[in-house]
Amino acid sequence: MKAKVIVRLKDGVLDPQGQTIQRSLNKMGHEVTELRQGKYFEIEINGMKDESAVRQRVEQIAADVLCNPIIETFEIEDIA
Amino acid sequence: MEITLDLIESHGLTTEEYEQIRKRLGREPNLTELGIFSVMWSEHCSYKSSRLHLKKLPTQGPQVLQGPGENAGVIDIGDGLAAVFKMESHNHPSFIEPFEGAATGVGGIIRDIFTMGARPIALLNSLRFGPLEDTANQLIMEGVVAGIAGYGNCIGIPTVGGEIQFQETYSHNPLVNVFCLGIAAADEIFLAQASGVGNALIYVGAKTGRDGIHGVTMASEEFSEDAESKRPNVQVGDPFMEKLLLEACLEAMKTGAVVGIQDMGGAGLTCSTCEMGSRGEVGVKIELARVPQREEKMTPYEIMLSESQERMLLVAEKERQEEVLEIFRKWDLDAVVIGEVSEGHDLTVYDQGSKIAQMPNKALSEEAPFYDRPAQRPAYLDELPRWQDLDFPEPSDYNTLLQEIVSSPHLCSRRWVFQQYDHMVQTNTAILPGSDAAVLRLKGTSSGLAVSLDGNSRYTYLDPRMGAMLAVAESCRNVVCCGARPLGATNCLNFGSPENPEVMWQFIESVEGIGQACEVFATPITGGNVSFYNETNGAAILPTPILGIVGKLEDLKQIRESSFQNVGDPVYLLGETRAELGGSAYLEHLGLPLSGPCPALDLNQEKALQDKLLDLIALEYIESAHDVSEGGLLLTLAECCFPRSLGLTMEASTPLRPDHYLLSESPSRIVVSVKKEKEEEFLKRVSDLDVHKLGEVTDEIFQVSVNEQSLISVPITRIFQVWNSFLDGVFEH
Amino acid sequence: MKFGVVIFPGSNCDHDTHHVLKSVLGQETVFFWHQDTDLQDVDTVILPGGFAYGDYLRCGAIAKFSPILESVRQHAQEGKLVVGICNGFQILQEAGLLPGVMLRNAGLKFVCRHVWLRTENNQTPFTNACQEGQVLKIPIAHNEGNFFISKQELAELQANQQIIFRYSDAQGDVIPEANPNGSMDSIAGVVNRQGNVMGMMPHPERASEALLSSEDGRFIFNSIINRVH
Repeated sequence: MKAKVIVRLKDGVLDPQGQTIQRSLNKMGHEVTELRQGKYFEIEINGMKDESAVRQRVEQIAADVLCNPIIETFEIEDIA
Repeated sequence: MEITLDLIESHGLTTEEYEQIRKRLGREPNLTELGIFSVMWSEHCSYKSSRLHLKKLPTQGPQVLQGPGENAGVIDIGDGLAAVFKMESHNHPSFIEPFEGAATGVGGIIRDIFTMGARPIALLNSLRFGPLEDTANQLIMEGVVAGIAGYGNCIGIPTVGGEIQFQETYSHNPLVNVFCLGIAAADEIFLAQASGVGNALIYVGAKTGRDGIHGVTMASEEFSEDAESKRPNVQVGDPFMEKLLLEACLEAMKTGAVVGIQDMGGAGLTCSTCEMGSRGEVGVKIELARVPQREEKMTPYEIMLSESQERMLLVAEKERQEEVLEIFRKWDLDAVVIGEVSEGHDLTVYDQGSKIAQMPNKALSEEAPFYDRPAQRPAYLDELPRWQDLDFPEPSDYNTLLQEIVSSPHLCSRRWVFQQYDHMVQTNTAILPGSDAAVLRLKGTSSGLAVSLDGNSRYTYLDPRMGAMLAVAESCRNVVCCGARPLGATNCLNFGSPENPEVMWQFIESVEGIGQACEVFATPITGGNVSFYNETNGAAILPTPILGIVGKLEDLKQIRESSFQNVGDPVYLLGETRAELGGSAYLEHLGLPLSGPCPALDLNQEKALQDKLLDLIALEYIESAHDVSEGGLLLTLAECCFPRSLGLTMEASTPLRPDHYLLSESPSRIVVSVKKEKEEEFLKRVSDLDVHKLGEVTDEIFQVSVNEQSLISVPITRIFQVWNSFLDGVFEH
Repeated sequence: MKFGVVIFPGSNCDHDTHHVLKSVLGQETVFFWHQDTDLQDVDTVILPGGFAYGDYLRCGAIAKFSPILESVRQHAQEGKLVVGICNGFQILQEAGLLPGVMLRNAGLKFVCRHVWLRTENNQTPFTNACQEGQVLKIPIAHNEGNFFISKQELAELQANQQIIFRYSDAQGDVIPEANPNGSMDSIAGVVNRQGNVMGMMPHPERASEALLSSEDGRFIFNSIINRVH
């Protein structure tokens, strides 16, 4: 089973990369009013078939490793 | 699969070359063998157009421990130590993907150095881009600089210097030449040779993927408009992986169980296996099923030709292979025995036990075809405009001229660039970037090494032989200005298509010029790299040979920087200023056509000047020394003032028009500031040279008079501001 | 005084730090591999600069799971000294031993150059050789040194005098132009609440020899040495 996880910056945390991309897009004529950059992960866990077990494990991985709770939040997009 | 004419051509081989392959094998090659031959016989690997001429270069000297032909050159630097260094180009990949192209170039040259058993201590680079007015060129430059930074900073090897030029010719063909210097114990140099039948072939590092398959052949093809579509061929670098490889390989070498080692650069597994076998006069057998693979269902052809980065091939003593494998496991690296040294002289490739390719090692490497390509003096040389015939008036306001000169892309500060490089890690950087040469101290001794990279393609275009000699002379002069004696050289020769006789002529002239100059300066060439096919849509780049000189500084107390040190020190110009503006940055700045002749160099006079400066430094007469090059005396003097915000009062007399005098690029000139109390002794020592007192160091105002006419008077901080911030203005808008 | 320098895969200032402590300052100094758990009997543990695990995912995010971090935590709990320099600082933040987090530099570029630091608190084991307000010239070299923390926690840092270095100009004035990376409150170095764990982005080991443009980094190492003797 593959889980998809998105890590986002919390609201209010400065996102200089996102801002730069936004500025560049606006320069190109796209009228972007907000842009925030995040991270996306695809995770497969060996031998795990039960969705709720996978979810539990992936939540632990995301909370402990993938995301820094001071500035980021995570969301499990999909398990399939 | 049948080998058709189309297939041969798509592998970049001629029908004659294919015939030779058949002859060497005594049969038709299969597809895998054809692929292997095609990469090994490509210009990039075989140097087929240049080999004949490179033999003319001086490569011998008592200091040379290893000349050309290995992964890098090695010179003896005393104290039981050796300097290991080389320069290489990564031009084509950097155009296709500037960040990764430059990054993997850095990764490649670093591997060449630690493969020899040396710890890399410094990186430098020589970059060429199209004019910055064009955003496309800005993006390429930004990507290249970030790529170099990304790799070097992460792996922890300081990028301590280099040089950059801008010219229209590089707009679609930027040049990225990277240099690496390492230090090894003089008696512990490792070679890329296999030996000892039965010894294990160990594959270490990143897994093999379908990266850059035919990247090597790509680097030897001219660019066309569809270069964009070649993107998937570009390799991605992993500096963290390479850091582990570096540490693990150096640790493994210490065991004494490693017999030979070579990195898998261009042409990956193919090149490393057959070259190690060829040099060691042995056969090599490998089993592809054991090669760690990142992607599924890779064919033997793909595995053999993959250019995945950060991989090494080691030969280890059979009985001690486990010791070596254990070290790689400690560093979390994939290390697998994929074959062995065998009887005979062939490279034999197996897949799941069945033999799929067998070729003589030497046919692939040393005995690859080489050509004496036709050369012809280019017609353009007879039609060059002469700068003396150009009509450009003397500037009415020299204050403005100075402001404009220091804020031209050619001559402005490179701070924006080198600030992105970690130039201090390893804590050996004795002179920060921006002086004439980079100086690295050697921990545990009182000595250091100086390195400079130089080349000026405007000169080489106007006169390939003279331009190449000027590059050697300037590089040596830069090293000498820091107080070091030049010891050895490497080069990177960037040219158009060798199949064009006019380009071939430029190449031969340049190589011969480098040879002549290196003889005089006693700096043998210990290795280097040739990059042909730098053309876009049939137009070759200006010929661009880049020289790298390494020198030894016996006593770190004798380091000299280019910057003036104390108010009141007298300032002298050593060397003669002639009206030489051909190919100058001044004419370029004025937007005038590239015009000749290029400045003339007398090698013996130059050598005498350099020897004299080293004497003067040893006698402790000299406070600072700065070579005069692009931008002439005017820029040199300003640069002497910038670092410590000092001023200058200069009064010169000359029969030349003042702007010609101030911006002439006559070689063999050095600006020195002299210890005030040693001035008389200094003058006695230099009585056999052309010496001109220019004035003295002051504390604030940059003041220049020529022939008793005051031309410039401006606070140095104002000029500094303009010079220092120009590139920020371009990139940080 | 005995120092231990931790080597993570990807550390690259480990040897520089060791060199200064041992060869320049003459202190007994040992290396630890990141999988070691025995800190022998060192007084001070230093997590050096570099790119532990390539800084992949986030700076310090993977290194914090190295076995040695548990021993370092224990060492700190016993009141002994722990120092994180640059990447070492980031690792200590990820491990929760120091407050805040490092964002990408505001200029979005790696910056390597000398900066000026104003000593904000000289009553710590890491700054006792400095004068209050003393300005130190020490280089930075990082891509992620933009110190970030919640407003409330920042107020706590300020109230507890945990901010020990701020980026300043050569005169010691903390002005926005002197802030090289956008750090909140111009923070360059902090200590934990107990005052025995310190992190700083600038590299004192690169400024401890006359040959290298500045010797001001010695004030920091000497403070640590002074404290024990």
